[in-house]
Amino acid sequence: MPSRVLFGAVRLVDPVAGHDAVTNVLVEDETISAIGRDATGGPRVDVLDCEGLILAPGLVDLHVHLREPGFEHKETVESGTRAAAAGGFTAVCAMPNTDPVTDNSAVVMEVRNLAEKAGLCDVFPAGAITRGLAGESLTDIAEMAEAGVRLLTDDGQCVQSSRMMRLALEYAKAFDVAISQHAQDAALSEGWQMHEGYYSAMLGLPGVPAEAESIVIARDLALARLTGGRLHVTHVSAAQSVDLIRQGKERGLRLTADVTPHHLSLLDEDLVTYDTSLKVNPPLRGVEDREALREGLVDGVLDAVATDHAPHAAEDKEQEFDQAPPGTIGLETALAVLLTELVAPGRLSLSQAIERLSVRPAQILGLDEHGGPLTPGRPANLVVFDPAVEWTVGEQPFFSMARNSAFAGRALKGRVLHTMLRGTFTVREGEPTR
Amino acid sequence: MIKHLLSINQLSREDILKVLDTAESFREVGTRVIKKVPALRGRTVVNLFYENSTRTRISFEIAAKRLSADVINFTTSGSSVAKGESLKDTALTLQAMGADAIVIRHSSSGAPHTLSGWVSASVLNAGDGTHEHPTQALLDLFTIREHFPSFEGLRIAIVGDVRHSRVARSLTFATVKMGGQVTLVGPPTLIPPEAPAWGAEVSHQLDDVLPKLDVCYMLRVQRERQRQQFFPSIREYSRLWGLSRARVEELPEAALIMHPGPMNRGVEIASDVADLPRALIVDQVTNGIAVRMSLLYLMLGGDGA
Amino acid sequence: MGGPLPMTGFAEQGRLLDDGEMRRALTRIAHEILERNKGAGRVVLAGIAARGDDLARRLASEIERIEGVAVPVGVLDITFYRDDIGMRAEAPEVHQTKIDFDISGTTVVLVDDVLFTGRTIRAAMDALVDFGRPQAIQLAVLVDRGHRELPIRADYVGKNVPTRKDEEVQVRLAETDGEDAVVVGERT
Repeated sequence: MPSRVLFGAVRLVDPVAGHDAVTNVLVEDETISAIGRDATGGPRVDVLDCEGLILAPGLVDLHVHLREPGFEHKETVESGTRAAAAGGFTAVCAMPNTDPVTDNSAVVMEVRNLAEKAGLCDVFPAGAITRGLAGESLTDIAEMAEAGVRLLTDDGQCVQSSRMMRLALEYAKAFDVAISQHAQDAALSEGWQMHEGYYSAMLGLPGVPAEAESIVIARDLALARLTGGRLHVTHVSAAQSVDLIRQGKERGLRLTADVTPHHLSLLDEDLVTYDTSLKVNPPLRGVEDREALREGLVDGVLDAVATDHAPHAAEDKEQEFDQAPPGTIGLETALAVLLTELVAPGRLSLSQAIERLSVRPAQILGLDEHGGPLTPGRPANLVVFDPAVEWTVGEQPFFSMARNSAFAGRALKGRVLHTMLRGTFTVREGEPTR
Repeated sequence: MIKHLLSINQLSREDILKVLDTAESFREVGTRVIKKVPALRGRTVVNLFYENSTRTRISFEIAAKRLSADVINFTTSGSSVAKGESLKDTALTLQAMGADAIVIRHSSSGAPHTLSGWVSASVLNAGDGTHEHPTQALLDLFTIREHFPSFEGLRIAIVGDVRHSRVARSLTFATVKMGGQVTLVGPPTLIPPEAPAWGAEVSHQLDDVLPKLDVCYMLRVQRERQRQQFFPSIREYSRLWGLSRARVEELPEAALIMHPGPMNRGVEIASDVADLPRALIVDQVTNGIAVRMSLLYLMLGGDGA
Repeated sequence: MGGPLPMTGFAEQGRLLDDGEMRRALTRIAHEILERNKGAGRVVLAGIAARGDDLARRLASEIERIEGVAVPVGVLDITFYRDDIGMRAEAPEVHQTKIDFDISGTTVVLVDDVLFTGRTIRAAMDALVDFGRPQAIQLAVLVDRGHRELPIRADYVGKNVPTRKDEEVQVRLAETDGEDAVVVGERT
């Protein structure tokens, strides 16, 4: 017997199909069955009244740390994908700084199997660029690509050697994968705790200047031009970096970039209380940087929003500032932050926000099944959210195992109600179904 | 009065004057035969020193005892601090012990801020990493006030490794707040470019600055900084920014020479200069006790609501 | 040394002593001190800050006028000995203490403006005892307004004035308040 769900009177926002209107959406088994005001689905259909709600392609996150294998006290594939589903995501790209490092197809398959078993969200593991993230020798890229890897990164580490980066960009051209760089010059970043500026000087914390990021991006753009390779820059944090990426795109390089919700909303000055939840890598920067990131996201220089969801155990974050590891969780707040900080004030339209949270990331990863369009016959990977509901972060428990949210205590607007993965609810009425 | 003293910026101008004026009364207590008053009887003050600092710790200990408070010392040479217990667990222990005030010195900037989130006691910052040392700045102002009646227009140079100095930060913020003029002097690599935003001038030429000073405040320069290449050699540093006997001649006669200690004789200050009577290095100990008594009294003498 | 009394928030309802009455009361007390102690020989005055010390100085000049002897006068701030530290929002304000003579073996006459619950005097005695061992301690006050909470009594009293507990008695002195008077009123 087919499972049938009707989302009634919902505002369907589908950037690829060019749809933004109130309608009914009928889902049958794994696919979208019908769209239209007259789609009713007949008898024995699960009808959900979605007045005032928005239905969009499920969100896709290019950058999350699921911590499994190796760091299961911080997060597991199961808890991480549950958090992802709660945040409206139907696909995530898991970072390879696991233990053992995801630098071979065995670990890739392990992560995929764990995700499949949990059944909450599709996981496309990223493979490491270099073995063990050591920056010295390339991984078996072809083998990992065959195992389903769409993006390679040494994230956590930066590929420091120009030669290694060049070889990676060149070699990867033969395969349909992106090389994603965590841009951070090691020598300039030694001992860093936060962004180098007025606040780091006042707080007595060693700072890392924006140049530590932009220098690497400038070099990598030159290498991308040299090799014709495909470069992705992740978690861009500085105005200088946005300028370089803009120039790179104008020059026709195969270049994409993402930015985190916390860099789009928070600043280095928020660190005056030494709150370790705000200690992130790259660090929160100044007002001009945040403004440049917002502009870059609006005009498309920055293609996508990716959370860099980085869970940590409570005791690791509850330490002296310089002892605490950097990172914030982000899966469950990403949509709300975009809605509150950029859509509500009118800088981004809802459709543009969905593009950056779903469509573009899906394209960058080459995922056909995600990012829409949500038209009849297409897989029902979707999210339904209420753009008006006001909530305070942390008032209700997170579905992630971790609590280290940079947005703890903040008032946000917008909350996910339902998430569907191939026609099956992974989240229903705000609660994960498994 | 504020509940925690984490940064000197938390004190208003009036607060600073109140601390200094109250310290005068406590200085008088120090001249009595019985150097003790019952003001904080029954309170418990904990010295939580993660960094070795005998002088500062003893100063706080004497201050608390002269107020009749009970003192407990948690220092790196003994107790749980050495055994690797986390700051949070130590905080919870102190909370359970009923500490009224915790004086903390720590090598991590912001540790007092972090601690204050875990305890209901008053937290006093006795030096955190390269961030601040508020009580040192207050005792320095107290000492200066003995020689100069007003801070308005007071010309003070702070010389040395400003970048890594918590004393420099606190003293700069405090002096500027009281209407004084601060000039930070040292190599460009050791003075943060944002320092002018603190209200201070910057100079890299010590000789230009000396003739127009009321106070010449020398900071300790660690040899470690040369290893980290903030300047090429001790010799060059000392030649350009060290306070030599010759440089002392360039200072106005009434100018004070100060140093928070401990000194690196031969690096930032010549040995014979350190022993001059006008070098007020050692005498800051007495004033330190009076100022710390004043702080403990003002912070714990209210109902803490 | 205390500063002028706040004029706002206080509604004056009566004058207990005018300047003439105050002057005569102090003169009488000076005579009584000399009579009781058979001269000024071992007498020292310790005024309790903030108004007690001005009164102590006036008493000292009266004694000098009458007997030709300059008795030592000290200022005693009892703030650190109060029994109510930690009960108000802010720590009680401190004043100066200056006792630069040895009190051991002397008769210390504590001088204060108003005697009320007796707690200030209890604190003053504890403070004094930390300075040395007087042979005797006596107490001179300008006004005794009753309502003692501790077993304390004054040896020399300017005027006994029964008051309600909720009333406030203000001693104004020319040195700080511009006039000499003792007034009674209410907090508004």
